Amino acid sequence: MAQVEETLKRIEASKGVIGTILVNAEGIPIRTTLDNSTTVQYAELLCQLSMLARTTVRDIDPQNDLTFLRIRSKKHEIMVALENNYLLIVIQNPCE
Amino acid sequence: MSVRDTNVGARKASNVQKAPGVKSTKAANKEKDEEKTVEIGGGHIKGLIKPPDQLKLTEAELKEKITRVLNTQNPHAPDNIVRWTFKDRCFKPCVVDHTIHIFELEGNLVYKNSDEGRRLMLKQGLHEEDTGLDIGAESDKERTETSTTPVEDGGEVEEAGEEDRPDSAASKTDKKEPKITNIFNSCDRATQTLHNPPREINCQTEPPPRSSFSASANQWEIYDAYVQELQKQEKNKEKQKAAPSEKDEKSQKKMMLMETQDIDLNKVSKAAKVLERMVNLNIFDEIAQDFAYYEDPADEFKFPKGTLLPLWKVKYDQAKKLSVTALCWNNKYPDLFGVGMGSYNFCKQGSGMLLFYTYKNCSFPEYIYPTSSGVLCLDIHEERTYLVAVGFYDGSVAVYNLKTEGKEPIYKSTAKTGKHTAPVWQVCWQNDDMDSNHNFYSVSSDGRVVSWTLVKNELVFTDIIRLPVIPAETEETEPAQTPLIACGTSMDFHKQIDYLFLVGTQEGKIYKCKTYSSKILETYDAHHMRVDTVKWNHFHPKVFISCSSDWTIKMWDYTINTPVLTFDLKEPIGDIAWSPYSSTVFAAVTTDGNVHVFDLNINKYEALCQQLVVDKKKAKLTHIAFNPIHPIIIVGDDRGNVNSFKLSPNLRKKPKGKEGPEVEAAKMETLLSLLRKPE
Repeated sequence: MAQVEETLKRIEASKGVIGTILVNAEGIPIRTTLDNSTTVQYAELLCQLSMLARTTVRDIDPQNDLTFLRIRSKKHEIMVALENNYLLIVIQNPCE
Repeated sequence: MSVRDTNVGARKASNVQKAPGVKSTKAANKEKDEEKTVEIGGGHIKGLIKPPDQLKLTEAELKEKITRVLNTQNPHAPDNIVRWTFKDRCFKPCVVDHTIHIFELEGNLVYKNSDEGRRLMLKQGLHEEDTGLDIGAESDKERTETSTTPVEDGGEVEEAGEEDRPDSAASKTDKKEPKITNIFNSCDRATQTLHNPPREINCQTEPPPRSSFSASANQWEIYDAYVQELQKQEKNKEKQKAAPSEKDEKSQKKMMLMETQDIDLNKVSKAAKVLERMVNLNIFDEIAQDFAYYEDPADEFKFPKGTLLPLWKVKYDQAKKLSVTALCWNNKYPDLFGVGMGSYNFCKQGSGMLLFYTYKNCSFPEYIYPTSSGVLCLDIHEERTYLVAVGFYDGSVAVYNLKTEGKEPIYKSTAKTGKHTAPVWQVCWQNDDMDSNHNFYSVSSDGRVVSWTLVKNELVFTDIIRLPVIPAETEETEPAQTPLIACGTSMDFHKQIDYLFLVGTQEGKIYKCKTYSSKILETYDAHHMRVDTVKWNHFHPKVFISCSSDWTIKMWDYTINTPVLTFDLKEPIGDIAWSPYSSTVFAAVTTDGNVHVFDLNINKYEALCQQLVVDKKKAKLTHIAFNPIHPIIIVGDDRGNVNSFKLSPNLRKKPKGKEGPEVEAAKMETLLSLLRKPE
């Protein structure tokens, strides 16, 4: 438990990381480093997107499952990890 | 029975011949014309006045007889209409009706003798009989009499019937009274029944509770449902097998409590770990790209010299004060390496650390094991790469299992179990013994080479060799100065021959020994100062290399007592290592911060690359190790930093075309023969 906490703290303190959000199984953000409105927005949108991506993967092969989703945009990169119905979202500005 | 028929009857083909009457008619016509003209004209004008468009005919033509035929055919009716018949698949002429209806009148006269007529007559007859009954009683009587008579006389029914008829007809004629309702005698009486007004009665019940439900049925949801069912069934089977006990319930309750407390984070531990790596990869993206793809293009010009491209730098905050005392790569996961932290300072001995890094995440170590005493050496088992043997400054050895959760070693030697009395300088894993127990060897300054065997829960040691007492060249009157037992400072096992190993000592000698006998096979007078490292060549079975604090590196052929090659680097050397890909390439680190890479195949006397990697004043390099697969070296310094470098292509030259250990061995052999020639 403490190790995971430390890991998350290290991620948050890493270079270029704008924010991290941890969303539980019901889609409610339980831990975040961003402000409330942004957090809610990110959580909602990424939940939907990851559900869609997951459906895509599983429709093709039901024994398969989605593990990570990575969206690279002009300004930053959004990385979503899915585990146990939890979503761990990290928004980073890749240093270039 | 319409006028139509009569017309048809009337129209017959009749030839009306106008023979002599023609002229007369025509003359009459003329006369008429004349008369007309005369009449129209108003006055009596005699003479022919013809209309301007009068047909002019000659007398002969005038006399001509023209027969006219009248027939019933309608001149306007078309005579050649055809219709397509599908039955016969041809056009057939259809009959055209030539009759023209001029006048039509619907009449209501009915023939007396036809069915309709008779029916009507009967109806009228009955009606008149009824009216007769209403009006007069006498007539009734007459009727009944007349009616009864036919009843009595069966044979005279018809006659009676006939008599009736004329009677009835007569009665009809007699009583031709209009049947108008008598307003005085009859009156209409109407009643209206009572209509019950319709009423609605309805009752409303409370609607059943509703909730809207939506779900999607995908292939994978169906699959999930099946899997869950399977699991439930299996659980039920297990429950039936295992008898439920109170203990189980209690433990289950405890489990529940635990779960509610830390639901949150443990479930995302794996995801968090990978995400951290992803974030780091993004941060150090350039380095990762360099590691994978960059080849120094300047190498073409700088041949044969090469360079080292700096890649990741790893350090751990809590190990700042410690120096790197050991480096070891993991064979199975070539991105994982272990770093032993301790201190070489005799006076300042504190705690140590064992860290494992992967260059997928260079900002934080993967495994951290704090130790009570400084780590001096470490070795990762070749096959079971989760077993790590560590030698400490306080003389004990320990074995860690990376797979287990705790920070404690799974085995540790204590004073009772034969730990060394002096710092352990080198540990080496060896192949499993006869009972397939893991075992490793350690060498220490107390002059013992010990073999440790992992038997179930304990560490069993066996002394292999006690390094011999070095007879002091001076008299034995100064025992304090000369050590009674030699101090082993480094050790290496032969790559191919299991039982053969080398030990380097504090005094600068190297002993070649066998594991199963405590006899020393050979002694080499190697250096003037302690031998820091001895390393067998990976490919050639006879060659080994040694380095020492006396600033020299010496390459040996074990059959020859004197070194084959000597390199004087003018600086104390920390460590050397052979490269795993070539038998003639090795690298050395010196305390002035330089890394020297030699390729004996190319240049026997000079280093191909001599690069300053750390600031001279700040740190001294202590150890170096080659990655087994990638062209990477890691270098540790006494500040606790580990830097990794990529070797430029010039430093990685391999003979073209052929590859393989035999080739490498052959290469070395040729080199040796070259070196032996002047002798």
